[in-house]
Amino acid sequence: MSDSKKQNKIDMRALKESHIKATALQKRRALYLTLPLVFFLIVSFVIPIGQILYRSIYNPVVGNVVPDFAIAIQQWDEQDLPSEEVFEAFVKDLAKAKKIRKIGRTVGNLATRTNYDIPGARSLFTSTARKAAKIEAPYKEGLLKSNKKWKNPEIWKSLKRNSKDITPAFYVAALDHKYDSNGNIVPADEMYQIYMSNFLKTIKLSALITFICIILAYPVAYVLSVLPLRQSNLLMILVLLPFWTSLLVRTTAWIALLQTEGVVNDILVFLGVYTDGARIQMIYNQTGTIVAMVHILLPFMILPLYSVMKTINPSYMRAAVSMGASNFRALRKIYFPLTIPGLAAGTLLVFILAIGYYITPALVGGEDGLLISNLIAYHIQKSLNWSLGAALASILLVTILVLYWLYNKLIGIDKLKFG
Amino acid sequence: MKKIITQTLITSVLAAGIVSGSAQAASITAVSWGGAYTISQVEAYHKPWMAATGNKVVSEDYSGGLAEVKAQVETGNVTWNLVDVELSDAVRGCDEGLFMPIGIDMLPNGADGSSAADDFLPGTVTECAVGNIVWSTIFAYDTSVLGKGNVDSLADFFDLEKFPGKRGMRKGAKPNLEFALMADGVPAEYVYIVLSTDEGIQRAFDKLATIKDSVVWWEAGAQPVQMLADGEVVMTTAYNGRIFNAIAAEGKPFEINWDGQIWDLDMWVIPTGAKNVDESLDFIKYSTGTEALAAQASWISYGPVRKSSAPFVGSYHNQPDLDMSIHMPTAPGNFGNALQNNYMWWADNSDQLNERFNAWLN
Repeated sequence: MSDSKKQNKIDMRALKESHIKATALQKRRALYLTLPLVFFLIVSFVIPIGQILYRSIYNPVVGNVVPDFAIAIQQWDEQDLPSEEVFEAFVKDLAKAKKIRKIGRTVGNLATRTNYDIPGARSLFTSTARKAAKIEAPYKEGLLKSNKKWKNPEIWKSLKRNSKDITPAFYVAALDHKYDSNGNIVPADEMYQIYMSNFLKTIKLSALITFICIILAYPVAYVLSVLPLRQSNLLMILVLLPFWTSLLVRTTAWIALLQTEGVVNDILVFLGVYTDGARIQMIYNQTGTIVAMVHILLPFMILPLYSVMKTINPSYMRAAVSMGASNFRALRKIYFPLTIPGLAAGTLLVFILAIGYYITPALVGGEDGLLISNLIAYHIQKSLNWSLGAALASILLVTILVLYWLYNKLIGIDKLKFG
Repeated sequence: MKKIITQTLITSVLAAGIVSGSAQAASITAVSWGGAYTISQVEAYHKPWMAATGNKVVSEDYSGGLAEVKAQVETGNVTWNLVDVELSDAVRGCDEGLFMPIGIDMLPNGADGSSAADDFLPGTVTECAVGNIVWSTIFAYDTSVLGKGNVDSLADFFDLEKFPGKRGMRKGAKPNLEFALMADGVPAEYVYIVLSTDEGIQRAFDKLATIKDSVVWWEAGAQPVQMLADGEVVMTTAYNGRIFNAIAAEGKPFEINWDGQIWDLDMWVIPTGAKNVDESLDFIKYSTGTEALAAQASWISYGPVRKSSAPFVGSYHNQPDLDMSIHMPTAPGNFGNALQNNYMWWADNSDQLNERFNAWLN
């Protein structure tokens, strides 16, 4: 008995194996169909994001521009100034680097990097590089004579710190911290602190925008779901038409409406709500950012809500009411819990889109309506400190992942219904 | 897999390169700041040069800065042939290997026979860049709102009691700190000396703080003109050519106040690794020649950088009674209290001060 059972098991296993073998080819073929997508994701998603993450910690400029110096400076104990050998390596490397015009390896690149730590270093490096070939032994004396700013030990500490290719320096800066003269990480001066408060502001504004979207979208989605098809289709077009209109057009329309000499202010002045001199600033500030972003993100809340509400059988509500529940109680106990999958999906969509939003705050945000993505854009486009921009972008990415994880813990991602 | 990807990438990039290379053998892309300024370049440089050489110039707009050039040079896919940049970017880009060196020796003599080295104003040709115009950041106002000739000096720009209303200013530390100090009574020649101390920077920020709540910040050159026209602001800093264009071409009732103007240069550069270098160099020689610079000045009120161009500067292109020479930043009547933007100072301090400025704004 037990033998035949065992035999049976073995047969089953053999059967399973041969089945797997037979279908393996088919499965593999099916897998090939996903190759274009995999390729697309790798090229357009994995590689660029990997590069950004890498750039935020990898900055080889000291080792590239003054390679011998980068090795020699390691011996320095950070007391006084480095030794003559270190100075010799530095001057010779600088003279060699002056002739190089390849991006990432020029004296200008090194000057820019050091200038992030020590304002004024840029002109010091570029002007010294022009004279470097003429400086002779003793090099230490020669360099200090060429410009007395080289006596500043902070410059050498900065160079030593940055001589390693992998550096946490950009994350330190992105978290509003800096290195003090002993190499400890301390908070930056208050007047230079900007990123952490902006991250908090971005999260707060995104949460507020999401909340306003919920309040506005819930009744709209409900009306859409209970109206007869003909009318609801018509109303649906009203939701979708702005959704299909260019983002720039919609944002610019808000500028025309909300500016001090704009339509809304004109009407309110005309109606006598306030006088011509007391026009309200409704754009180029946080208000403008919130209004325009709510408008743009609203469909992302309405559509998932609508698709879930459409599937709720109205007899549930009728049953609840017939058993003595008040309308409000039936709504709260029966209807609302059933809409949670749509609500959760809409919330997630709107919040994550809002937290990384760029164009709308850039156009209507003015001074205090800017989000973290605008600061990232500033470092990518204006200051050209791509590593700091990459560090900020990475922090944003991690923040979103953490929030997503929390969200998943609270609601459960398998419950989401996007429509 | 990795190898396949690399190979595919290389083949497709090469193929694209061959196609574009052969199709546009004598076509160069000149990138500039757009609007009335680009029009003046197209009329005075591009069209005559195309007619003379048979080559083609494609005009493209950008809003300044080195980000695009850096991206193109770093990836080795340089599609721009010529870029019109500010002096500070010209120097920084040259230091960082973004631009090709161009010697002053290759530039032609002026129309009066003087050599290029004598003809170009001092400092207008650098290692990698050839200047074409002097432009200026000034402040302007709407005379239909504030009246003609009422606004006296830069101090009035910061005087909210005398002239209530919004102000437009460029978003960034440069050149607002200079304006603030000059309005606070610092003479132009001491501005950067004062700014080189912590107290001086604090003084500039304090002065800016007095009008901070009334400032609308602009970024692109066309914005301040629009804000002034819309009545969004009563006074704004702006590039002088844009305001001139609004007055001359669109008949706007604007007026420029030249007190405390901060002047700067625009220059041609060639990105490292750009194609058609010979044609680009030829274009630079042509467009920074005596006649082309003078012709450009008939379209917009930016001053030629060659001394020999001055006698050829005439009237506005379609208004014979509008004499251009008095509208130039360098005209004696406008140059009384003028400051040259110190690019070396900004190269050293812009990282730190822009960070402080951004934090201050928030």
